[in-house]
Amino acid sequence: MNDINDTIIPEPVPEYPDWRKDAKTLTNAGLSEEEQDWFCDARPQPAKKSWQVMENFLNWARSNSLWILAFGTGCGAIELRPLITARYDISRLGMQPRPTPRQASVFMIGGYVSIKTLKRIVRSYEQMQGPKFVVAVCSCAINGGMYWDSYNTVKRIDEYIPVDVYVTGCMPRPEAVLAGFSKLKELIKGGKAEGQNLYAEKFDWYKENQKRVIKDWNMPDYNW
Amino acid sequence: MKKLYDILSLQFELADFESKRSDLAFCKVKASQAISLLTHLRDIHGYTHLVMLTCVDWLEDKQFQLTYLLHNYATKTDLGILVFIDRDHPVMDSLHHLWKQGRVYQRELHEMFGIDFPGSPGVEEPMILEGWQGPPPMRRDFDTKAYSDETYSHRPRVQNEPEQHMKEQLYSED
Amino acid sequence: MSITLKLIWAFISLGVVTVWGLTLNGIVQKIFARVQGRLGPPVWQPFIDIIKNNAKRTAITHGIMFYLGPVFRIAGGIGTYMFIPVIFGSVYFSNFSMSGDVLLVMYFIFFGQLGMALGAGEGGHPYSAVAVSRGLAQMTAFEVPFALSVISLVAQYGTLNITEIIAAQQGGFLQWTLFTNPLAVIAAMISMLGMNMYNPFSVVIAPQEIPIGPPTEYHSSFLGMLATNRGIFAGAKLILFMNLFFGGATNLFSLMLKTFWIYMFSVFVGAAYPRFRTEDSIRFFLKYPTAIGIISILLFTL
Repeated sequence: MNDINDTIIPEPVPEYPDWRKDAKTLTNAGLSEEEQDWFCDARPQPAKKSWQVMENFLNWARSNSLWILAFGTGCGAIELRPLITARYDISRLGMQPRPTPRQASVFMIGGYVSIKTLKRIVRSYEQMQGPKFVVAVCSCAINGGMYWDSYNTVKRIDEYIPVDVYVTGCMPRPEAVLAGFSKLKELIKGGKAEGQNLYAEKFDWYKENQKRVIKDWNMPDYNW
Repeated sequence: MKKLYDILSLQFELADFESKRSDLAFCKVKASQAISLLTHLRDIHGYTHLVMLTCVDWLEDKQFQLTYLLHNYATKTDLGILVFIDRDHPVMDSLHHLWKQGRVYQRELHEMFGIDFPGSPGVEEPMILEGWQGPPPMRRDFDTKAYSDETYSHRPRVQNEPEQHMKEQLYSED
Repeated sequence: MSITLKLIWAFISLGVVTVWGLTLNGIVQKIFARVQGRLGPPVWQPFIDIIKNNAKRTAITHGIMFYLGPVFRIAGGIGTYMFIPVIFGSVYFSNFSMSGDVLLVMYFIFFGQLGMALGAGEGGHPYSAVAVSRGLAQMTAFEVPFALSVISLVAQYGTLNITEIIAAQQGGFLQWTLFTNPLAVIAAMISMLGMNMYNPFSVVIAPQEIPIGPPTEYHSSFLGMLATNRGIFAGAKLILFMNLFFGGATNLFSLMLKTFWIYMFSVFVGAAYPRFRTEDSIRFFLKYPTAIGIISILLFTL
């Protein structure tokens, strides 16, 4: 049955990864050619604001309807659950957890951020619709915390996505997280929480930082 | 446990029997005999559960110590098999055909210590270090702080001497 | 009254029922929170959410059907509402009830969900597809007892026109369908539990395991539109049930009172019971309420 030309090609032997090569170069320069059509990676543009009175009213509405996307990277994720229970009850402030980034307006990063999670954080953040706000919980997200000398944990999350409010503590109590959210409310009402526009304006800087640590960049540059 | 060791040493080159508790013992075996010993233990002596497979880096001896911890449900005893392999050529036989979970341990050891397990499925796939280019980070000669300083930027610290700080806060007029 | 003037009044009443439906939703959230021992969001929280969602600065699309999904949904809501007389005997709040009957209304109840299924499918999120299939399966199941109870009503009153059904129930509360044909009302109220999608039948929205059901990919003003429709649709369904089974309303106050208590029925059930799985809820709907509906038809035809 077999043709003479149908020779058996031996499977290529997987190369043993050579970690001695120059670590500065990227292994992956981005998406492959055929995958690029699947995503819209147009640059984000800074959004225009409406006139001031209207914007104040909308900011009031935004601050009273914060929908949280909880990114439970570390131990801080545990602190969100008590917030939903009867004891702390964030729903009285108009907040509710939202399981999809499309509908959420607050991105809550709970804990340390490793490189693997940073990729997911960047994509989730970019999939959120603006105006979007970021609350980083736990000292690991602020300065690395107890992972200050770790080889795989980024030390400051605000180099990669804009952060509006930090909540310190290891881990912070739910009261502290609530205080962080009320601080965020103040910022939104004052029109100071413009992380989305900051991200659009300093897009190149953020992308450069992200690509410096994420060595296998196999995702679109901007995923809406 | 000592009895089992004596029976086993008739067939395998074992050494350094060490009984930690009445139900926990360790012994060394040559790397070339390790997999056949594990098969023997699993099929004949009832050590059917691979509790873990881990690695210790003996930098000074230039050796990696692989620890296979097995559990026997019938006698409720644990037996640890220690295998020493050369640190410069870290290659070990795979046990994925004995226990399916072994492939995950081997993948992790490949990622964290750079030990190769030829034939283990998916052993080259990254587990948590996606796109990692440095040396395997759990080796003891890898300086994690230097790597961290080089790769990530630290938030600058503002340090306050508590006594001084409170003095300024409370008695700044004086 | 000219058709233009009628249109204007219909839209005014649409505004009224939107506000009332959203307020009811807010009250429901509050009740659920109190049952769970929480304070709960303020009653006006649905309005704030709609304002916020519509004020989002960015939105993305997945294609044409993705745009049309919420449009179909809200068209289903408005269509349901437009052919129901809101207040019996009022020239201003009768909408277009002279040109449509209860069959058209039932069609519109189904229509929105189908449009939503198409739009959510275009979104491409696997959770949307799962929730849509669950939703359509459950909807087909609870339509059966509802349709049976409507057929029983038709057999009882000999008409499909909602206004005439209300007219036949006037003259004291003992004339309501609730007392003249209780079996049909029981079947219809059980199917309303499925229609409102609170617990035992909340697996479509499934707040825990499938995030928020079909509209997983919807955001910004799409979501605002869907939330608005939730108010309209809740109001329209409640008014339909009030008209068919509870003697209609002759003024706005009795409308609010009756719709509130009809809604509270499904809310109380929802607050007290755990959840059915989809196959269990289908089995449930096709068993007892269907049997009750068939018996009520037999009573009035034989």
